[in-house]
Amino acid sequence: MSAGIAPVERFASSPQLRRRQRLSEVSRWVFLVTTLAALGVLVFLGIDVMRVGSDRLGLDFLTSYPSRRAADAGLRSSILGSAWILGMTLLFTVPISVGTAVWIEEFAPRNRFMDFVKLNLANLAGVPSIIFGVLGLVVFSRLLGLGPSLLTGALTLFLMIMPMTVIAAQEAIRQVPSGLREGALALGLTDWQTTWYQVLPYAAPGILTGVILGVSRAAGETAALIMIGAFAFIAFDNTSVFDSFTTLPIQIYNWTVRPQPAFQEIAASGIIVLMGIVLAFNILAAILRERFRR
Amino acid sequence: MQGTLERTPPAGLYRRRRFGRPGEDLIKLALVACGMVSLLAMVLILGVLVEGAAEFFREVPVTKFFHIGEWQPFFEPIDFSIWELVAGTLNVVLWSLVLAVPFGLGSAIYLGAYAPPRVRAVLKPFLEALASVPTVVYAYFALTFITLDVLRPLLGDRIDVFNPLGASIVMAVMILPTIASISEDAMHNVPRELHEGAYALGATRLEVAVRIVLPAAFSGVMASILLAIARVVGETMIVAVAAGSTPTLTLSPLTGIQTMTGYMLQVGLGDAARGTIQYSSLFAVGMMLMLMTLSFNIAAQILVTRYKEQYE
Repeated sequence: MSAGIAPVERFASSPQLRRRQRLSEVSRWVFLVTTLAALGVLVFLGIDVMRVGSDRLGLDFLTSYPSRRAADAGLRSSILGSAWILGMTLLFTVPISVGTAVWIEEFAPRNRFMDFVKLNLANLAGVPSIIFGVLGLVVFSRLLGLGPSLLTGALTLFLMIMPMTVIAAQEAIRQVPSGLREGALALGLTDWQTTWYQVLPYAAPGILTGVILGVSRAAGETAALIMIGAFAFIAFDNTSVFDSFTTLPIQIYNWTVRPQPAFQEIAASGIIVLMGIVLAFNILAAILRERFRR
Repeated sequence: MQGTLERTPPAGLYRRRRFGRPGEDLIKLALVACGMVSLLAMVLILGVLVEGAAEFFREVPVTKFFHIGEWQPFFEPIDFSIWELVAGTLNVVLWSLVLAVPFGLGSAIYLGAYAPPRVRAVLKPFLEALASVPTVVYAYFALTFITLDVLRPLLGDRIDVFNPLGASIVMAVMILPTIASISEDAMHNVPRELHEGAYALGATRLEVAVRIVLPAAFSGVMASILLAIARVVGETMIVAVAAGSTPTLTLSPLTGIQTMTGYMLQVGLGDAARGTIQYSSLFAVGMMLMLMTLSFNIAAQILVTRYKEQYE
């Protein structure tokens, strides 16, 4: 903001001026400390989780079913459940979120109704996840009779991340230079061909970044899934979208709230795995965004 | 604004082309259908909450819901006074803001006014990463590390094992990027002439940041705080794990409480069978929660548009 402006520090003369300038210099360090404080908490969290949880990490832990005894319990069903549900959420999210963004940015007229659609998306983005859980419980689980199944979970998580993925896709589409569209139209492409062959490939990295961040949020979501009834003891491999399921965050929650310290230790091990996955998603998104910027 | 012209395709230009290939109309219809999903989602959310809450209020009169009493749905005498849950939510909002606002604004000022570009480029992504940590991880951290390893040894029995302070501390970390990032954005939008004028009059860097730029960016800063409040009000896992499950009408950070979201999760975990009054209370509480988060979010959106328009 003010990087290019020479501050007046050097011309100090009166004691009052010197005091003001000293205050200004001290404030630099105070503000730096406030910035680093929250990061310090994050570092503590990392160290604490590694210290407590790294002992149990191993192939055994990743491939065992949950158990009544902490020493035998593992993440097999929750890793499989997470993989299923994220894959399914992705299947719903990509066509519908991108379709919505294309419609809003490329085809829809600009009028009051579209203002309302955009306002509704912004509001939907602020709805707490547990409310999406209530929606999933009543509509998908009960009214549609899907029960606390993978399908119910994926539909719920899809609705939860849709607003943020649509907004990210809209941003990406808006970045496409209009010369590309005009060139394509001038060569006789129809408007849909223009969108499909010119606009979407150009906007793809930006759209993908938003989708990955959305899926990363879904990967860490707990409350919405507990609300639809996915708080069960699962000791089998999921094979169908109508199976009941558990996920990594649910399993971590389950172990965290038990009174025995042994379970809190494996909760920490679970957190290491979950954080690894979330971190991988975020790094992937960051790489894509960098490439997008070029 | 040249940039805006570049990016906005002329409205309706493509729609007027008559020579679409067969099938393309179908594709466009599918796109409209996609767009309707977001509207449908909002309609379903409101419908589910209103329908469920109506069922609840048929048995428990609205006046009973809003009278001053206790939230005691599971034991005799059964009482449904929402204020204890609202107080629980406000308790966590209060203490997490007390921590997050000074630190968040400090970070915003540092990143916006002090940090050299290279330091800023390193710090900002790390700060924003705080918002992507799953909340169940924060919940674990609030209960085990903050409460059991730090607060309990420090304060002894004056603090409950399940307390709002531990939850508020990690909640503050979670919302800090929201406050820092949006506030910095708003400060960035303040026209250069204002900084330069102040520097020309001999103001120091601190004086420019705190007395010129921060007030000029006020509506953006307020918007960031409102968005942060909405996130705290809607957050579930941290408070459910760390803040307790005993509804209490208090703003003390040391006593166990229950928030609206905490109660909803308790019902979701199966503490109330379907068809009972406890189960349908879920929707009344959900309605209250929805109203609170919606109003904070809408207020924030109004302020954001204002600061974007202010200096253009």
